[in-house]
Amino acid sequence: MRDERFNFAFLDERSKRMIRRALLKAIAIPGYQVPFGSREMPLPYGWGTGGIQVTASVIGPNDVLKVIDQGADDTVNAVNIRRFFQRTTGVAVTERAPEATLIQTRHRIPETPLHERQIIVYQVPVPEPLQRLEPREAETRRMHGLAEYGLMHVKLYEDIARYGHIATTYDYPVMVNGRYLTAPSPIPKFDNPKMNMNPALQLFGAGREKRIYAIPPYTRVESLAFEDHPFEVQRWDAACALCGSRESFLDEVVTDDRGGRLFMCSDTDYCAGRQAAKAAAA
Amino acid sequence: MIRVRELAKTFTLHNQGGARLPVLQGVSLEVGPGECVALQGPSGAGKSTLLKCLYGNYKPTSGSVTVAETEVTSASDQELLRLRASSVGYVSQFLRVIPRVPAIDVVADEVRGKPEARQEAEQLLLRLRIPMRLWSVPPATFSGGEQQRINIARTFIRKKPVLLLDEPTASLDAENRVTVTAMINEAREAGAAIVGIFHDQKVREAVATRIVEMEELS
Amino acid sequence: MSVILEARGLAKRFGERPAIEDVSFELHAGEVLAVVGESGSGKTTLLNCVSGRLRPDAGTVRFMTRHEGLKELYADLSEAERRFLARTDWGYVHQRPEEGLRMNVSAGANVGERLMALGERHYGRIRTAATDWLSRVEMDPERIDDSPRTFSGGMRQRLQIARNLVTDPRLVFMDEPTSGLDVSVQARLLDLLRSLTRALGLAAIVVTHDLAVARLLAQRMLVMKGGRIVEQGLTDQVLDDPQHPYTQLLVSSVLQP
Repeated sequence: MRDERFNFAFLDERSKRMIRRALLKAIAIPGYQVPFGSREMPLPYGWGTGGIQVTASVIGPNDVLKVIDQGADDTVNAVNIRRFFQRTTGVAVTERAPEATLIQTRHRIPETPLHERQIIVYQVPVPEPLQRLEPREAETRRMHGLAEYGLMHVKLYEDIARYGHIATTYDYPVMVNGRYLTAPSPIPKFDNPKMNMNPALQLFGAGREKRIYAIPPYTRVESLAFEDHPFEVQRWDAACALCGSRESFLDEVVTDDRGGRLFMCSDTDYCAGRQAAKAAAA
Repeated sequence: MIRVRELAKTFTLHNQGGARLPVLQGVSLEVGPGECVALQGPSGAGKSTLLKCLYGNYKPTSGSVTVAETEVTSASDQELLRLRASSVGYVSQFLRVIPRVPAIDVVADEVRGKPEARQEAEQLLLRLRIPMRLWSVPPATFSGGEQQRINIARTFIRKKPVLLLDEPTASLDAENRVTVTAMINEAREAGAAIVGIFHDQKVREAVATRIVEMEELS
Repeated sequence: MSVILEARGLAKRFGERPAIEDVSFELHAGEVLAVVGESGSGKTTLLNCVSGRLRPDAGTVRFMTRHEGLKELYADLSEAERRFLARTDWGYVHQRPEEGLRMNVSAGANVGERLMALGERHYGRIRTAATDWLSRVEMDPERIDDSPRTFSGGMRQRLQIARNLVTDPRLVFMDEPTSGLDVSVQARLLDLLRSLTRALGLAAIVVTHDLAVARLLAQRMLVMKGGRIVEQGLTDQVLDDPQHPYTQLLVSSVLQP
């Protein structure tokens, strides 16, 4: 039920228009970080203020919203953001990925493949993939402008030199459309291949850093690597203890204080769907 | 090979009230291939200054200096470097080397790129009686006589048509003096034009084909 | 020998104060040129102008590119092209190695960075090149994975040199490369620089206030005072028979270089 004391989707219309303009530019230049006038939101930085502003600017009354945090629909962050949009827009919400038209996510991409009629909005803490290597922003912007990305491989080189393999597992840098080096937000690198040629529109919002970027549908997204150390995703020896999946991203759960542990899907909706299908078949 | 016409050199000491110090005036000299000219005269007569003008180290105040068909007084830096590398050997009174380079490399470096560079350097060091244990040591720590022989070796390893020798035997013992005398004569017989300052009368008599007297300007 | 860099009528002001004025010189391929003068004489400004890092207010800097002849750095080349030159055909050795190195990555990554910037995407080959260059600058290749923070000043400076030379540049700019080091370490570095410039046929511009460094490394030198070149010529000419009052003062005020 919408709370009429707020403007639709909380933001005022001028702010939404400004953000939409930034979004259009971001979509026109895939992977390029567009600065925008990030607004104060009723929750602290780090809780998804960038993602919320993007969602608020694209959401309409007919959208069906899904919010996930680390793959789950029922964590504090996801529940709060979902309730926020229910109150300020009154839109329908769902936990079922295929039924959603708009998915706001923190740190995962759903296991169920996205489709053309969907938009996925990522919450981004650090939009600049070069930031840890080159702290001067004027310099990183120049590097993007001139497509000088050797430095990113320095980071991967360091990984191999130190650990024998590329040890970066989250926020693994990608090249978008063969041009812009881009941070995929802290999703596991397991999800990186899903970004490539994805039918859905992918939008990224960084509230504190005041940057928006985008990957339009069916855009090439490559994970960086070396010829002799190619990109690889995580694998598990175990299957999901609940649904038996061997294809999904698994979380390790400690079950007691005697070292007992099991693995289960990080994507709760996907897992629940598989369990339901199994139960129906049985 | 060497032709000097009306050469004058005056030092102007700007930081001593612009004092002018004339050292050479009206010097003319010709030295052909196979000749060895010994400059003689009291100290202060400008013998070393003349050698340095020939080498292009000092800039003459007026006159002309031609060495191996290059006009040294008007040559560009590049031309002068080329001339020195191809044609002019200069043994100065002091050895100036990079602190850390071993003696053998100081000598072999002059003919670097040549496959037998090291062998030739070794032969010269043997001939000049530099003890083998010193070959791998930087010459900075050597005695005066040893340094002088390294200096001679690095100059003579290239057979250059013009040699300028500033007291090459000054701190050598009798045996080495004989060796260096022989080397100078071999170079001259091979066609080098040589100008030198030889304090030691015996050496001078043994190498010079002509003696040029210089006197101090009054 | 052909001209590799040519500066004509360079001038640069900082506010009212002219840092360099009417500076012209040529550098030939394979030649080492020393720029000497006291601090504040404009040496570093000159180095920045000719290395594409600082656009002069007047004058031209032309560089002989590998394939397209002489190009004016600021008029003929885009910023991207200048930066490309700077990490392929040029090197820049900073006085403080910390400024020229990435202190938060390993020695190997420091050496390999230029290769990766040029598109090398084979870890094994980068590793081999880094190992090779560490030994060429007389460093223990075993330390390839160590951080430059664990290195002495002399080692850092050698690492900086390796990092610059890995792409076979033809021209290296050096700003007081030895002045922060102990005397014994200086000698070793000078020797290394001298043998590397000779072996690789490198042209170099070395800014130094140390006449002995100029004597050891450079065939030619420029003497700067108050932003102008007061004397230039062969190093031994300038040091042994200085013509300008300032050069005479400079030479007479140090121990025999």
